[in-house]
Amino acid sequence: MSSTWFRRIKKGISTETKEKKEAPDGLWHKCPECRTTVTQTALKENLYLCPNCNYHNRINAIEYFDILFDKGEYKELFDNIAPKDELHFVDVKPYAARLKSAQKQTGLLDAMTVGVGEVEGKKLVVACMNFNFIGGSMGSVVGEKIARGIDHCIKHKLPFMIISKSGGARMMESAFSLMQMAKTSAKLTQLAHAKLPYISLMTDPTTGGVTASFAMLGDINIAEPKALIGFAGPRIIKETIKKDLPPGFQRSEFLVEKGFLDFVINRKDLKRKLSDVMDWFGK
Amino acid sequence: MQFLDFEKPLEDLNNQLEKIKAIAEKNHVDMSASVKELEASLEQTRKHIYENLTPWQRVQLSRHPERPYTNYYISRVCNKFTELFGDRNVADDKAIVGGFAEIDGEPVMIIGHQKGTNTKMRQLRNFGMANPEGYRKALRLMKLAEKFDRPIVTLIDTPGAYPGLEAEERGQGEAIARNLFEMVNLRVPVICIIIGEGASGGALGIGIGDRVVMLENTWYTVISPENCSTILWRSWDFKVQAAEQLHLTSRDMSGFGLVDGVLPEPVGGAHSQPEAMAASLKEYVLKTLTELKKINPDKRIEQRIEKFSKMGFYEEV
Ligand SMILES: [Zn+2]
Repeated sequence: MSSTWFRRIKKGISTETKEKKEAPDGLWHKCPECRTTVTQTALKENLYLCPNCNYHNRINAIEYFDILFDKGEYKELFDNIAPKDELHFVDVKPYAARLKSAQKQTGLLDAMTVGVGEVEGKKLVVACMNFNFIGGSMGSVVGEKIARGIDHCIKHKLPFMIISKSGGARMMESAFSLMQMAKTSAKLTQLAHAKLPYISLMTDPTTGGVTASFAMLGDINIAEPKALIGFAGPRIIKETIKKDLPPGFQRSEFLVEKGFLDFVINRKDLKRKLSDVMDWFGK
Repeated sequence: MQFLDFEKPLEDLNNQLEKIKAIAEKNHVDMSASVKELEASLEQTRKHIYENLTPWQRVQLSRHPERPYTNYYISRVCNKFTELFGDRNVADDKAIVGGFAEIDGEPVMIIGHQKGTNTKMRQLRNFGMANPEGYRKALRLMKLAEKFDRPIVTLIDTPGAYPGLEAEERGQGEAIARNLFEMVNLRVPVICIIIGEGASGGALGIGIGDRVVMLENTWYTVISPENCSTILWRSWDFKVQAAEQLHLTSRDMSGFGLVDGVLPEPVGGAHSQPEAMAASLKEYVLKTLTELKKINPDKRIEQRIEKFSKMGFYEEV
């Protein structure tokens, strides 16, 4: 395990400070929901929520860790696990090339980042998916990092949280991708036997094999507002039933009504709520 | 006998053979030498074709309309069977069948996807695409088996879990996830056999076992070649390439260690000699049950977890 305390500071803040200097208030963000424009700085300060309509913009591990962990301090775990193109999969583009360009674009090795830090003074291991890495798709690295995260929790008696944000399986890893569903579920049974809490937070979007495995297996399953959560994607369902889908279908609030989520949580209240929940679990 | 596109040479030889037989009968002439010759040629051609099947051709075989389904195997393998219905919550899902069975006097719980054998039945069975109720019925039966210490055999044959509106409302994702979680810790032996199509989460939802094996001409992976082609190539036309790239055959899967073995099919596929296929499936189940019963339940669960935990490829940099 390499020590990457304060990685956030190296990667996150320093670059953004630079951006701020070069273009003070210059980078505007337009809300995809209500078209309100805000500066990037204001958006970040507002935890990437639209100040007008509360739209939860998609963010990745580094931003979540910054929001959740006290003072934004955490230690990244298993950051040396990298994907491998074992099948030499080629569609319109070789998988190896897709990996390379995703790694270059994101500075990540794969779609999952695991960090351990404190939430209001209580230690927590968080595995967070990065949607910017090939749509947050679940390949072997995602499964392995969850597995190791669970081992770490068991060894150190810590609670575990997964923040899901994924289009589902990574087709270019074929059945290896499918088997990550089995692998992560199997590992979660070990966590359950150790009586350690597992909190599953679903964010926009959480679909496919991720929903049909670890995302739905939390001691509590919670979600950010209006996140798309489902097994089959809306387009496929529409094609199957040949009808338009009702408004709000497969959104967080719909899943609460159908009984599949414990509650919906605004990103602004996430840390506070998480801390309360951890207090209740007593871990 | 229905011939697939790649079986055209067989169809031609078969037609010739029938013609000669008809002539012989009509004209009362002895054409047994020609018949023999054609039959030998037919066998040779069949063997040649089946020794060189491409991944896509195996996908075609896995979907052959005459391929034996779960209910056929139950009727041939089990000397007794009592079907059990319903998930005790919403409905009975006809795409998954299951019940008390006896194989050579050995009580087991047998559960499998069931496709229809004609247009009406195909609709009733929803083409083997289960709703959440199907997975929940399967889990109910598995827990029942565990309670009474009976081994579980699952037969997998699905083009996928049903992507419908009600399926989503009733938690398709949760139903599959729950099955994965619960199957991992079942205290009885679990044998899973892919008998046709092993499409993604819909297959895996009854696919966590001590032994997972595939019949030779089946496929098992994360997505169907057609859907893979549509998504990655953005066209319906690359299913053959997708089948190759996905490495979805029994040999590939066994080579990767993602399944525990391959059950050979008769030359010509399972549908060409269904009774022989059923007999060899039965033999495998009985032999494997004997093996698995010798292992202590805790050890069996430990080995199951270890097996699935090892799956994946990555490197440490
Ligand atoms: Zn807005």
